[in-house]
Amino acid sequence: MDVFEGVRVALGGIRAHKLRSFLTMLGIIVGVAAVIAMLALGEGARRQIQSNITSLGTNLLYVRPGSASRGHVSFGLGTVQSLTDDDAAAIMDECPSVAAASPESRGNAQVKYRNQNWSTYVMATSPDFAFVNSVPIESGGVFDEGALRSRARVAVLGQTVVENVFGEEDPLGKVIRINRVAFTVIGTIAERGGTGWYDIDDVIYIPLTTGQIRVFGRDRLSGITVKVRDGEMMEQATIEIEDVMRRRHKLGPGQENDFVIRNQADIMAVFSETSKTMTFLLAGIAAVSLLVGGIGIMNIMLVSVAERTREIGTRIAVGAKKRDILAQFLLESVVISLAGGLIGIGIGWGGSAALGYFAGFNTAVSAGSIGLAFAFAASVGIFFGIYPARKASMLDPIAALHYE
Amino acid sequence: MALIDMKHIVKDYKMGETMVHALRDIDVAVEDGEFVSIVGPSGSGKSTLMNLVGCLDRPSSGEYHLSGDKVDELSDDDLARIRNKRIGFVFQTFNLLPRTNCLHNVELPLLYSNVARKTREAKAQEMLERVGLKDRVYHNPSELSGGERQRVAIARALVNEPAIVLADEPTGNLDSKTGSEIMAIFESLNSEGKTVVLVTHEKYIADYSNRMIYLKDGQVVTPEEGTLR
Repeated sequence: MDVFEGVRVALGGIRAHKLRSFLTMLGIIVGVAAVIAMLALGEGARRQIQSNITSLGTNLLYVRPGSASRGHVSFGLGTVQSLTDDDAAAIMDECPSVAAASPESRGNAQVKYRNQNWSTYVMATSPDFAFVNSVPIESGGVFDEGALRSRARVAVLGQTVVENVFGEEDPLGKVIRINRVAFTVIGTIAERGGTGWYDIDDVIYIPLTTGQIRVFGRDRLSGITVKVRDGEMMEQATIEIEDVMRRRHKLGPGQENDFVIRNQADIMAVFSETSKTMTFLLAGIAAVSLLVGGIGIMNIMLVSVAERTREIGTRIAVGAKKRDILAQFLLESVVISLAGGLIGIGIGWGGSAALGYFAGFNTAVSAGSIGLAFAFAASVGIFFGIYPARKASMLDPIAALHYE
Repeated sequence: MALIDMKHIVKDYKMGETMVHALRDIDVAVEDGEFVSIVGPSGSGKSTLMNLVGCLDRPSSGEYHLSGDKVDELSDDDLARIRNKRIGFVFQTFNLLPRTNCLHNVELPLLYSNVARKTREAKAQEMLERVGLKDRVYHNPSELSGGERQRVAIARALVNEPAIVLADEPTGNLDSKTGSEIMAIFESLNSEGKTVVLVTHEKYIADYSNRMIYLKDGQVVTPEEGTLR
């Protein structure tokens, strides 16, 4: 008997017990739908993070304050306020592979315009920020060196801030209050996209000096963003920056850096590490639900074999070989689990699309996850179908023929 | 050599703790075209003999030649092929597949000999017509009377054109009138040249055959010793 006929026989068996077959499939349906939906969420989040990181620019290095340590105890990154404006200037002047370096002092602040209140992220930086971070200016312009010197109270707004504070109104020339200090809006930034973990458009850029003195009241930097001339020169730039910084901070040969240089690859690695953990978690959940679904299949197949003992005896009497019987029941369980898998893929796909539509999550159903779910469903069908099928094929035909 | 040629056949099997000697060294020969009934009281070993003839089981010892092939040397798959192609079974309890219409029941043996679907259905249709069930082709067994079910079973037994039809108490679940109708079918099959071997414990059924083999306590006995009431 060929596979095609086998599938027909299996389908006949399933059709003869529609409700039972459907209930058996349910376990697989739920399992596969969960796998598809969760992988879609995970994949969506991953793509979001990736596109956020890429949209920040690719040939950037981030210099951050290092960790303070006493003996062997580290107090974590940023516990030393070791970076200064002059460090940024030195990196710019002394490192040949550096195109620009923008010193940054960041913090959260409350923005007020008339009766609108908005809590956002304020980035006090140098005029180079637009060049370094490839910021697309939408209207107006960016502050200049003069503004930096005079600690001008001017601000460039990200799109999210514009929308939430001004709505339809044109923000240019308007006066807003950042932590009660009045600023004039001189420019806006086009939307850069990103609705993932954090919104890169939810930001206000102000001159570094203004921020340090009027808003944050501290002169140490949160970090320096360095734009390297060429993506190929990243390593070289890292070495140059380390040299300059160690010299400026007067670190002896045995001393550790009191700063950290990170690049996109490092940050990406952190994220992919996180998403790997998440994937393992999802895989665990998927495995459990498919296991439960598989046990359901085995259970029903055993019932089915017992109930159809006479049928098996009859089939053997008219010429079915052991492997025909084995194939029949194995195909039946595989067809059940594959059908469950298909329905599950449909529901998982629909479910993740619905999550994306109604809850605003980023979801992406990949071909890989569909293939994975399908393969899993098939192997569950085989794995949990083989025992009942073997049991059927090993039946004694004479006893089976007269089974009541 | 006879079509069915059994020599010194012994069949023992274990039933729980006790050994049952179902057949004790018997010789059976059936020629091509014969209509033979195996008769005897229950427990005489006639069903065991039937299972051996039908290649559903193997003897504990002895030789069995079926149209020249030495059955006890064949593999399980070969036995399956013999059951499929050379033997048609008819059972007391009909053994039709439930929730499966007559056509698909009858084509079952053809399914296991890889016959194409169209041919299968045509042959099954032809067989059902032959046993007088032309307008029951798409009915399920549960919609048929006992006599009709047994006719479907006979159609199934014949569909692969076997040399031998083996019937194990084919009228046991039927009233005597229907039983006679079924026996008439076997008679006409035999007159067309088919070898028919019948197991029964009823005299009026055995009387349809040309020859009787009497079994008692696992041995072939003379008609006097094995006379049925």
